[in-house]
Formats: sequence, structure tokens, C-alpha cells
Amino acid sequence: MERIPVLRKRRSGEIACRRLKFLLITDKTGIAPELLDMLRHDLCRVLSRYMEVRPEELEVTVTNASLREDTGLLPVLYTRIPIKSLNGKGIL
Amino acid sequence: MSEVIVITSGKGGVGKTTTSANIGTGLAMLGRRTVMIDTDIGLRNLDVVMGLENRIVYNLVDVVEGNCRMKQALMKDKRYPNLFLLPSAQTRDKTAVNPEQMIKLIDDLRDDFDYILLDCPAGIEQGFRNAVAGADRALVVTTPEVSAIRDADRIIGLLENYEMKSIHLIVNRIRPDMVRRGDMMSVDDVMDILAVPLLGAIPDDEAIVISTNQGEPLAGTDTPSGQAYLDICKRLLGEEVPLTMPNLSRGLIYRLTGFLRRA
Repeated sequence: MERIPVLRKRRSGEIACRRLKFLLITDKTGIAPELLDMLRHDLCRVLSRYMEVRPEELEVTVTNASLREDTGLLPVLYTRIPIKSLNGKGIL
Repeated sequence: MSEVIVITSGKGGVGKTTTSANIGTGLAMLGRRTVMIDTDIGLRNLDVVMGLENRIVYNLVDVVEGNCRMKQALMKDKRYPNLFLLPSAQTRDKTAVNPEQMIKLIDDLRDDFDYILLDCPAGIEQGFRNAVAGADRALVVTTPEVSAIRDADRIIGLLENYEMKSIHLIVNRIRPDMVRRGDMMSVDDVMDILAVPLLGAIPDDEAIVISTNQGEPLAGTDTPSGQAYLDICKRLLGEEVPLTMPNLSRGLIYRLTGFLRRA
């Protein structure tokens, strides 16, 4: 499989994009990617008590500072959590 | 009305000086009175890329310190009647000039030129602050590499802090063949990450090495990079020139087989 270029693991261009995205988050916020990973893991655990989520689909990002009049610039944490199912957890 | 453009990058060796030389040459070819200022005090290079190194008498620091008049230090490029170079000093360092002096020096040139190009030194120290101080707009040069883009992002942040009115991106040394097979970030990838409008992309081109060896900028010549630089100059003049370099985005097969690379 390794011999067929299309099926080779990940292209280095994609690896570069991915590394850069993490690097810039770290540069701007001082938050290490590992910390975000830990946060993602913990969020997932808590959420799983209430609904079914796929850990691999959960996105956690800290973006550029947002503008607020009273406090000046602050980083903002965004999450995107696709729910696989609400059934079977006693909610719906 | 003259426009002062700083060409900067953060990281060294990505092509600031080559870009300055070729944009200066291109603008002059298009009939605009243009002066290029090498602001890299202590490590001057723009004179060499332009092939004017043997004619330097006075330099930027001489003008600032009043050792000569501006007219004496400005070197006329004999190939283009509209093109001038103010070389940097080789024996001094970046502290020889401060931002206020740079602003004054630039203001003295505004009446005589349509475009004033500032070739910025690498780094974010005083040399960068000097170059940025008097500029109306900035061109950030980067290559499709992690280190260069990281530094470009930092520079863009600093330029925004300086309230630079207009910031555009030039992606240098693109290799369409490598982009096509997924082993180089595409221009689109770089733009997505940096979130700054693109002014142009320059292909990695042997002709650049030859041109630098000879001290003859290649803007406008019949080479891929020569045309790309001329396109950039036309865009600076407000013309709408489409990106013509082929395969700047990933190839069709790469995109169609994207599902195979997930996970």
C-alpha cells in the first residue's frame, strides 16, 4: 500500500498546515497544544455522561483575542461538538 | 501623491531584497518614478542584487547625519530612467538611525517619487521599526514553509499594532509540482493561515538565481518569476491581473482522493 502515492500516509504539505495551526495558537495564546488535548479529553468525558459524542470530532480552539471595552484583549475558547446521539442517555 | 511601501518578512532569506529589487524595477518599467531604500544598515544587499554595488559613494546614514545632500546619495539606475536606489551603510549598525529620522528622510522624497520602496531587514528589532515607521502600506513576503509563515504571522501582528493601513501577502518560491502532489503548502493554504489578502505568488525559478548572479533584476522578462513580479507591480498600480501561475491549488486527483487521507 505504501508504494501507491495516493495511499501513503499524510502528505508533508498537510503536516505543515497542521503543525502551523497549532504553532500559531501556541504563539498567540501561550497555550500548548497538549493542554488543549487534555481539555478536549476532559470535556469529552463530562459530555459523555449526558450524550453520545465522538471524541475525534470534538474541536477545541483558542482564537485570536476578541475586543472588549472593559478588559481589553482576551483570548476566546471555542468548541464545536457534534452530537452522535442523544438517545439512550435518558434525555430524549 | 507618493506611496511608501515596506517590504518585510520577519524571517531572513525568504526573498525580501529580491522582491524589493524586482518590484522597484517593475514599477520603473511601468513608468513610475521609483526609489528603493535599503534600510538594512550594516548588512546591505539591495545594491548587489541591483548590480549597483560599484557606484556607491554616499549612503542612507550619510544623508541622515548630514554628510551629504539627498541628491548626492541617490543612485540612478542607468537601465531605467525612473529608478533610483538609496543604499544602506555597511560599516554602521541599526542604531545609527531612529524611526523619526527615517520618517523625515522619507518625507523629503515624497515630492519627487511616485513609489518609495523600503527593503526591511530581517528580525523585529530597531531595523524593522525604522523601516515600518514611515510606510503607508506593507508587503509581507513569505515562503510556503512552517518557519517562514510563523514569522510572517508574527510580523503581521506587529504591523497591525503599528496600525499599518494596508497589509498584503507575497508567497515566494512556490513549486507547483510539489504543491500538486501535496508535498508543499499551496498559496491557498498560506492565505487561510495568515488571513491577509494576496498580492501575488512567485514561482521558485532558476532564473532568479541567474538574475541575482548578474545583478540584473528580471521583472518583466520572459520568465515565470519575471512575469509574476510584473503582475504584482500592475496590481500595485490598481490593475486587476488574475493569478496566472498554474497549479497553485492542489490538483484535481489530490482533491478527489482526499477521503483516502482522512483519519
